[in-house]
Amino acid sequence: MKVDLTVNGKEITADVEDRMLLVHFLRDVADLTATNIGCDTTSCGACTVLLDGESVKSCTVLAAQASGHEITTVEGLASNGTMHPVQQAFHEQHGLQCGFCTPGMVMAIVSMLKENPHPTEEQVRTGLEGNLCRCTGYHNIVRAALAAAEVSA
Amino acid sequence: MSIMGTRVIRTEDPRLLTAGGVYVDDLRTPELSGAARLTFVRSPVAHARITGIDTSEALSEPGVIAVLTVRDMDDLAPPPPDSGDGDGAGEGPMPLGGVWSEPLLAVDTVRYVGEPVAVVITDGRYQGEDAADLVSVDYDPLPAVVGPAAAVTDETLLFPAAGTNIAATKPAPTDDAPFEACEAVVEQVIVNQRVACLPMESRATAASYQNGKLTVWHSSQNAQLCRFIIAGALGMAPDQIRVVVPDVGGGFGAKVGIDRDAIIVAWAARKTGRSLRWAETRSENLVGMTQGRAQLQHIKIGGNRDGRILAYRIEVIQDSGAYGRMSAFLPFLTCLMAPGVYDIPEVQTGYQVTFTNATPISAYRGAGRPEATAAIERAVDLFATEIGMDPAEVRRRNLVAPDRFPFQTKTGALYDTGRYEEALDKVLAAAGYDQLREDQRRRRASGDPKQLGIGVSTYVEITAADAGAGETAKLEVKDDGTAVVYTGSSAHGQGHHTAWAMLVQDELGIPMDQVTVIHGDTDLIPVGVGTYGSRSLQLGGSAVHKAALEVKDDARHQAAAMLEAAEADVVLDTATGLWQVRGDPDTALSWAQVAGHTSGGSLIADVSFTADRPTFPFGAHVSVVEVDTETGQVKMLRHVTVDDAGPVLNPILAEGQRHGGIAQGAAQALFEEVLYDPDGNPLTSTLADYAAISAPDLPSFELASSETPTDLNPLGAKGIGEAGTIGSTPAIQNAVIDAVSHLGIRHIDMPTTPQRVWTAITEARKASNQ
Amino acid sequence: MIPSVFTYRRAGSAEEACDLAAEYGEDAKYLAGGHSLLPLMKLRLAAPEVIIDLGGLRDLSYVTDQGSYVAIGALTRHHDVEHSSLLARELPLLAHAAGQVGDPQIRHRGTIGGSVAHADPASDLPAVLLALDATVVARGTDGAREIGIGEFFQGLFETVLEPGELLTEIRVPKPAAVGWSFQKFTQRAIDWAIVGVAVQGNQVALVNMGGTPLRAVTVEAALADGESPADAAAHAAEGTSAAADIRASREYREHLARVLVSRALTEASTRA
Repeated sequence: MKVDLTVNGKEITADVEDRMLLVHFLRDVADLTATNIGCDTTSCGACTVLLDGESVKSCTVLAAQASGHEITTVEGLASNGTMHPVQQAFHEQHGLQCGFCTPGMVMAIVSMLKENPHPTEEQVRTGLEGNLCRCTGYHNIVRAALAAAEVSA
Repeated sequence: MSIMGTRVIRTEDPRLLTAGGVYVDDLRTPELSGAARLTFVRSPVAHARITGIDTSEALSEPGVIAVLTVRDMDDLAPPPPDSGDGDGAGEGPMPLGGVWSEPLLAVDTVRYVGEPVAVVITDGRYQGEDAADLVSVDYDPLPAVVGPAAAVTDETLLFPAAGTNIAATKPAPTDDAPFEACEAVVEQVIVNQRVACLPMESRATAASYQNGKLTVWHSSQNAQLCRFIIAGALGMAPDQIRVVVPDVGGGFGAKVGIDRDAIIVAWAARKTGRSLRWAETRSENLVGMTQGRAQLQHIKIGGNRDGRILAYRIEVIQDSGAYGRMSAFLPFLTCLMAPGVYDIPEVQTGYQVTFTNATPISAYRGAGRPEATAAIERAVDLFATEIGMDPAEVRRRNLVAPDRFPFQTKTGALYDTGRYEEALDKVLAAAGYDQLREDQRRRRASGDPKQLGIGVSTYVEITAADAGAGETAKLEVKDDGTAVVYTGSSAHGQGHHTAWAMLVQDELGIPMDQVTVIHGDTDLIPVGVGTYGSRSLQLGGSAVHKAALEVKDDARHQAAAMLEAAEADVVLDTATGLWQVRGDPDTALSWAQVAGHTSGGSLIADVSFTADRPTFPFGAHVSVVEVDTETGQVKMLRHVTVDDAGPVLNPILAEGQRHGGIAQGAAQALFEEVLYDPDGNPLTSTLADYAAISAPDLPSFELASSETPTDLNPLGAKGIGEAGTIGSTPAIQNAVIDAVSHLGIRHIDMPTTPQRVWTAITEARKASNQ
Repeated sequence: MIPSVFTYRRAGSAEEACDLAAEYGEDAKYLAGGHSLLPLMKLRLAAPEVIIDLGGLRDLSYVTDQGSYVAIGALTRHHDVEHSSLLARELPLLAHAAGQVGDPQIRHRGTIGGSVAHADPASDLPAVLLALDATVVARGTDGAREIGIGEFFQGLFETVLEPGELLTEIRVPKPAAVGWSFQKFTQRAIDWAIVGVAVQGNQVALVNMGGTPLRAVTVEAALADGESPADAAAHAAEGTSAAADIRASREYREHLARVLVSRALTEASTRA
């Protein structure tokens, strides 16, 4: 079937299997491989992107469902070579090690801060319940979220 | 001002944050354009004979290129004949051979759920799962051996030709006299449970065979070892193979070298002539990637009421899973590190290595040492409770004193340097230990349903255990003034590119942003050992340092010639990166100029660095938990640590390693466990069931500093990568038990789930009512 | 990881959805937020041949004040239920519980109707709606009907909905007694409830204590008899059939039910 998505501001039309998952559309059709797949039970959040500005797990959305909607991936965050405050905060706070969970973490936090611009540490941690990381112990990811919140205030 | 020891944010980050890392499944390299997709058919049963494989339905599906089984592996040399004596369980980390051999695709027996039986090659990713579902395999089930206790009974054998499930035994001494001389003796059976390594990137491999050369892209911790293994497995010369390791999404020991599934991918690429890509699903990963720990431990500890520990015995039964991928290496390390930081006059150790119908066990962050530390730290707490002494105080009375180093343990380890009591003092002070005990007393007195638990651990661990294998580095300073480092280390999150660039800047004055670090390509770095066992800074970093010194000497020689001065009068100003005659700035030469002056146009040093012996980082952790005694729920309130691995090159990187280590250690103490049912079916084979630790389960950590150098390398560095894990697990387990010790509870096995804690409380209450 | 092959159809209206369901019969499943169905399909535990996507039915997403009750469109996402100021005022139990479902990403997609129709006894909202005496409105090709939530759940993943019947609205009466509490016991934040308790006034419902969400009728009877919350809570496990799994034995679940009901009743009384 034909699907028509706007990804990072660019319209992409493609003929795909009805069962194609949004995450595979992004990785294999749109050729945006930053969004990663870490599980198959909607548990890990590595695949988190924004759908119409809100965080979703792209492994549990069909490309067909997303047709007609706007997707933002981490590749679409920086503008004119300047990192988004959340990306910058991850860099300054050492919020990433291997980087595999990072795009999903960043997008989850971008969405979180949109909805709650001044979260407490506890709210950040709970807000990240759907995003797993194995490298960082979350300590610096939480600091990055709080630092980004400060800057965006 | 030296850059060493300063907080430098990572050069790796901008790319990872904006474009994303390029992991194996992201590769868009031309050799893989048009690659087909490989999907495994795996055993759904734990133990069975394969009586038939019907690939016809799968083959007739559109988009299916091939379906391959062991019968198609006629291009491989048959495995060496088994020696028949069931021997070969050496203490090195090599797979067992002989009767215990592990095939590539299953031959006639499957021994764990997830074992590879066939592969399906399809045009597209999605068709792979469809086609794999259509491969029909007939299994004749055999009884499943579940758990090490069942394995040692030899009731059902995984390898009938061996006549037993026990591949190796190092019997523990049975001399009870040292214990009989003690005023207090405690025995305990301890489970150090099986856990999943769970890197966020599951296993992934791509392979292409063209013109007699095999290229393999693999998510690994060392490309060079991969090449060596592939060459042996496929009967090829190493120079016919190129292994490329792109970005790797975590390894934790499970991605050392290349495993069976990935070798099959490489073989299949050669067999079919098609480039292939494989990326397992998480469900496959949770049964197919090697797992960690899985020891059953019998401990006995004895001492006197003044707190002095006089004797300790540990007997380990190591569950290896279905195949012995690391021989006896893990329990060997456990026994080596058994006494930990304590000066115990009598230490008795022993192990058995056994098989079960479960996923094979291999290295996982700490690899044998967390098991040792968890055992001795539990034992010390049990002893402390037995004699009614504070657990921190008992530790203090038994620590190896600072003037005893290098300290030879009774188990044969030579600890290089250590200040154990200082570490303990520091962590207790940082935690506010006395106040915590006071808070605990208050809650106990008031009968608060939420009780406070305070757990202490003091630990030492062995890093660069293979110090003699060393590490390589090639450093090239070019005639544009930039530098390239080719390192045998293989970062998968540790930040080596930043750290090695810092080393170059520090030694040579070439700014970090002019330094490129390359790793993970056997064409560029044919010799290298890799990143595991917390070896990289002390060996790989020292190699970079050594190369830098050689380049510096070489450059001084060049500069002296260019300046027509004596070498002794030529100096490098590392602040500016300029060579000059001492006291004469007008003579300044840049690195570009000096390098350009050489006949080759660049200054090159190609070195390897080996150390004489392993190093022994150490530390102490305090865990503060709250236990809801009505439900058994455990909440981590605080976690305070000292982790001393010598001088810290970049505090940001060291802290990150400690944080990650603490989280994985907490995960084992509180949440994670791989479970099987009585038929060997995995019960935790998805992330919905396997209780991976998440952000709201953890507090922020409190790290205190301590830097005790080693004299075994020029950086004074030991390894920090696994220390956090080793120290945290026992502190947290001890804290949970401490929270309910006033109810008479002495031990709760990990993970201390709410049900386990509640069960312990309920049984203790029943016992005290009798 | 990949669902088996299916045909995707997108419905433009509730009527069209029902017509499509009638056309495809047993081969078709409705797709709302997709966070109950798609995970099953990705593990190939469910393999419908046709998916009817309800995602375009924006007119079924609403929270409106109907005087004696609040009407919630079946396709209202958990996120919107959680953040509804109307619900915060009138039905804080429901708003709060919706905020406990899954994680933020899941709450941006999952819907209240989807959760109710999926009928997993470990889900939070079915038990909450049971405690609140909700009614659901279902629509088929031959019209609409109201179903009391007490009759709605039949068993594990089983409801009284006929094939092709579509939930359109959930009607929740504004409660007379305002005290409420939601106790969700998990090991980790992300986990499904090992056991959960929803209390509104003296109405008590249990999550994950049987094949369906259950009203703790013995507890409610005890409260009506004037027993103290602590004493009434002792009856929490009566009439339940809790499962044993890797997280909890039946006995432990029964114990948790008693503890959590007691805590819920205590907390509810502080809000009364």
